[in-house]
Amino acid sequence: MEDLIVWSSRLLYTAFIIYLIATVLFAATIKDKRHEKTFSKIHILAISTTILGFFAQLGYFITRWIASGHAPVSNMFEFVTFFGMMLVLAFIILYFIYRIELLGLFALPIALLIIGYASMYPRDISPLVPSLKSHWLYIHVTTVALGEAILAVSFVAGIIYLIRQIDQSRTSLKTICLEIIMYSIFATIGFVIVTTAFSISDYSSTFEYNVEGQPSELEYHLPPIFGPSEGQLLTENRMDALLPTPEWMLGAEAPRKFNTLVWSLLAGIVLYIGMRLILRKRIAAAIQPFLRKANPELLDEVCYRAVAIGFPVFTLGGLIFAAIWAQEAWNRYWGWDPKEVWALITWFFYAIFLHLRLTVGWHGERSAWFAVVGFAIIMFNLIVVNLVLAGLHSYA
Amino acid sequence: MNEIKCESCGFLNSAGTSICNKCGMPLDKENDSKLLNMRYDGRAIRSKTKNTSIVDKIWNFFSSIKIGVTLIAIALIASAVGTILPQSMYIPTNVVAEEHYRDRYGLAGQIYYQLGFHELYSSWWYLILIALIGISIFIVSLDRGIPLYKALKNQNPKRHIHFLKRQKLFNQYDQYSQEDLDKLVTNIKKRRYKIFEKDGHILAEKGRFSRWGPYVNHAGLIIFLIGTLLRFVPFMYVDEFVWVREGETAIIPGTSQQYYVENQEFIFETYGNDEEDAKFSEILSQQNSAIPKHFETKAVIYEDVSEGVIGSEPELEEVASGEIIVNKPIQFGGFALYQDSYQLNEFQSMSFKLHETTDENEASIVEFTVDLTNPDSVYTFENGFRIELDQYYPDYILDDDGTPRSQTNYPRNPAFVFFVYPPGESDPEASFLAIGQNIDGTGENTYKLGLTNFDVRDVSGLNVTKDLTLPVIGLGAFIFMIGVIQGMYWQHRRIWIHPAQGKLFIASHTNKNWYGMTNEFEKIITNTKFSMLQDQEKVTKDN
Amino acid sequence: MDKIEQANKTKKNKKRNRLIYRTSILTVLFGALLFALISNLMADDETLDVGDKAPDFQLTHLNGGQSETIRLGDLKGKGVMLNFWATYCEPCEREMPYMETLYPEYKQKGVEIIAVSVDATELVIDKFVEQYGLSFPVLHDNNSLVMDAYGIRPLPTTFFIDENGVIVERVMGELTLENLEGYLQKIEPS
Repeated sequence: MEDLIVWSSRLLYTAFIIYLIATVLFAATIKDKRHEKTFSKIHILAISTTILGFFAQLGYFITRWIASGHAPVSNMFEFVTFFGMMLVLAFIILYFIYRIELLGLFALPIALLIIGYASMYPRDISPLVPSLKSHWLYIHVTTVALGEAILAVSFVAGIIYLIRQIDQSRTSLKTICLEIIMYSIFATIGFVIVTTAFSISDYSSTFEYNVEGQPSELEYHLPPIFGPSEGQLLTENRMDALLPTPEWMLGAEAPRKFNTLVWSLLAGIVLYIGMRLILRKRIAAAIQPFLRKANPELLDEVCYRAVAIGFPVFTLGGLIFAAIWAQEAWNRYWGWDPKEVWALITWFFYAIFLHLRLTVGWHGERSAWFAVVGFAIIMFNLIVVNLVLAGLHSYA
Repeated sequence: MNEIKCESCGFLNSAGTSICNKCGMPLDKENDSKLLNMRYDGRAIRSKTKNTSIVDKIWNFFSSIKIGVTLIAIALIASAVGTILPQSMYIPTNVVAEEHYRDRYGLAGQIYYQLGFHELYSSWWYLILIALIGISIFIVSLDRGIPLYKALKNQNPKRHIHFLKRQKLFNQYDQYSQEDLDKLVTNIKKRRYKIFEKDGHILAEKGRFSRWGPYVNHAGLIIFLIGTLLRFVPFMYVDEFVWVREGETAIIPGTSQQYYVENQEFIFETYGNDEEDAKFSEILSQQNSAIPKHFETKAVIYEDVSEGVIGSEPELEEVASGEIIVNKPIQFGGFALYQDSYQLNEFQSMSFKLHETTDENEASIVEFTVDLTNPDSVYTFENGFRIELDQYYPDYILDDDGTPRSQTNYPRNPAFVFFVYPPGESDPEASFLAIGQNIDGTGENTYKLGLTNFDVRDVSGLNVTKDLTLPVIGLGAFIFMIGVIQGMYWQHRRIWIHPAQGKLFIASHTNKNWYGMTNEFEKIITNTKFSMLQDQEKVTKDN
Repeated sequence: MDKIEQANKTKKNKKRNRLIYRTSILTVLFGALLFALISNLMADDETLDVGDKAPDFQLTHLNGGQSETIRLGDLKGKGVMLNFWATYCEPCEREMPYMETLYPEYKQKGVEIIAVSVDATELVIDKFVEQYGLSFPVLHDNNSLVMDAYGIRPLPTTFFIDENGVIVERVMGELTLENLEGYLQKIEPS
């Protein structure tokens, strides 16, 4: 059994490295000056590598399932990893429809970032509380992940479209927004770097603080910029918190998560400014020349098509299967839990997207911005809702 | 606002039509050079017609998609606002909501509470918002679905040449033979298109049903919303809660005193006791408390078949029995009992012994047991001792005045005042006993009481539900999914072939996925002499 | 001429039909909205209310000397004040003396006061009755049957029932001496 868990994490590392190689291969296809539609060896190599990586990760998924006895989608690490895997799957599907290599060059690094982000969470196999022991849980969570991943491809297409199309010759609201998106990607990289660095140096300090009137302990793995409000440092020879976490942050272990968020944002700023100094222009402006070959109409169609494919999957997984499971577990199909509400908000948002596109005729840039905001809502639901709002979802 | 007469064929089209319903001549003269807007196939949307009476005005208001989208956007923002602070159903039940929001979140919490956002999703205005979206969906669908249906049902394969020229995908072929054309049509047929022909004009069409997708999914949403409305109909929906102690039989609320449930045994297991849980050892060692693995109630459901008045002795007949496990409710008479929560180790009985205060060995003089659910008030013994239970507090606290009282019905923290009458004495010695407390009334008692033993039992929290609206809601969701899939995963593709003056004009339209349409047309023209259709959008842009 | 008239007539008919069709659909839709709205506002009020017939019940009488039962139906012709309470409920405790004060006077006038305790154990009720010297009948709703039938949520809840068994008043929460007297006067049999 122990072996299986070791094998499982080895497979995940393998998948990670294969994705990395595939990204490089996709980058090589951009240099390839030949006609769009020819399917040369480098293209075949790039997509086969991606598929190989996907199978490696599938291997991780299956071995972990066997080892833990339940589908590995039950905590933050497992769910986010699975989401990354579904993003790769969604990319593979759309690649076979549209044959756009650029999509891979952007989708794979995002999948890598997501898996990297996931692996910063505790990776132990965790037991399930009784209400989570239902086949509907697996069905619900996997379908949601797939739906959100397909919607994320729409974001990828949208962001390529925006970087290619937005006029970078002068500063505008659009270029600023684009830079904010670039920055948030750097902040995610920052999170991975900072967490890894302090985990290698084995940093830890413990605080005692009150949760709902109960004293409890909280272990920090990053130096506490924000400590628990009215918390007491228990570990010796460690820096005490500089500032208290706002009390309205309610999620489980919110002070630590908030501290991590602040660390990531700061690291993101450092990385971003560093990059700007090296490039001496906006990040998006630096990428733009590489995208000249891309066909904006096709990108626009991919952006829309991904929503057209992803929206029904998301509805099924995020609302209908979720409702069936909620009915089974808590005998109410809808409970206005923050996570549920944000799934509904996501659904409303993409419904607006589709209506505006299909009946009012919002194409191109507007549509691309919508795809970007939609992805932001999905990420908000995945990260911020867990951080700030308390709820029933276990991860949580 | 009169009918528009088609310049080409003389047909009278209703106002708002952009493509002649008969011959397909574009009627929007001013946009001559642009591509044709194919929405609703150029039919007049009903709302765009007359606009006089108040009914028409209300109707037209709701038939606007922009209004619908605006309503959804407002609902989106409102829903988000409701998640800023926890809703009142997620705050502790033993606090006053107003104070909770004020104490916990300060001024912001107070404002949140005052605006009613603590119960946002059941507020009248949120309900109206959702209802307005429902009305909008209904009217929008009627207004667009019916004209579109008529337009697609009575398509004329022969379309005006201007109609073809203003399609996105178009080409003209100056030289072609009948053989080439036949070959092309065969290829189109191979791609499973339906062919309609009139005077040599050809319309090839497939996937028309995908155009009904939006209307089907909207119908599903309407059914779903009706389902949620049914919840307000009495007897369609019951949601109650009951605590049942092990060994007890309790009435099931919400069943009009008809059903009873007996808790025969409550089973509770945590992780870490089993060998197979070893794989979780790392995480279990980090947790402060045990993680529940499984809990269930062994239950028997009875029906009261007596005709008697409420409160008279019921006659119970067993109707169901079995385990109630999380995710596996027990069903009876349209109701379901769900395992919801539990309280472990509630006191059931406590045993005491009496000994002399000075006796270091605490040798027992008398021993007795108090049944905490139905305690006796007097305990007499053969050796002449008599003990009276003067006061009993099942859930003992000291109130603000320092007087002891019970805060609930349940023996969670029992406390007692005993009067001990030694043989022949008429003046008792008083003792107060609670968990962790043993207070002597005067400080000079000769006898002392001590707790020797206690029994505990578990309490199972069960949720009682009946929801006859579920089939309707499920049906609505199912139809919605069918509609969304039908509309999103298929597309309506058409090809028009128009012979005129020895030339052949071909145009094609799809309601979405132009990339797929282009690919398909490329396959259609393989092995024929026809060249690819031109994307006129691209051509205009490139010039 | 004829043709134009004909056309005008069809047009008028069409317009009238459209108006009827639209009006009826809008009526149904807004009717549903109104239904939802009213039901939503009434949702908290599903329990017994003023004007309803008080459900009959029969419970053990704890302070009637020997243990006997009291049945609500047997009190027809009398006004009945039906008080739901428990020993652990402080407001219930505070209003007991008021009821005791007014009981002798109103018993004369044909009004019975019945206090139904939802406590779990008889002992605590006995001690309480003893402590406050309550003379009106105190009943024990051992299985919460009557509580369920009357849909009691907060304690205390008091029903004032007239001589025909119809609920005249329902009070959720604590009573004062003054308003208690007012309610009792309402249910005096005429």
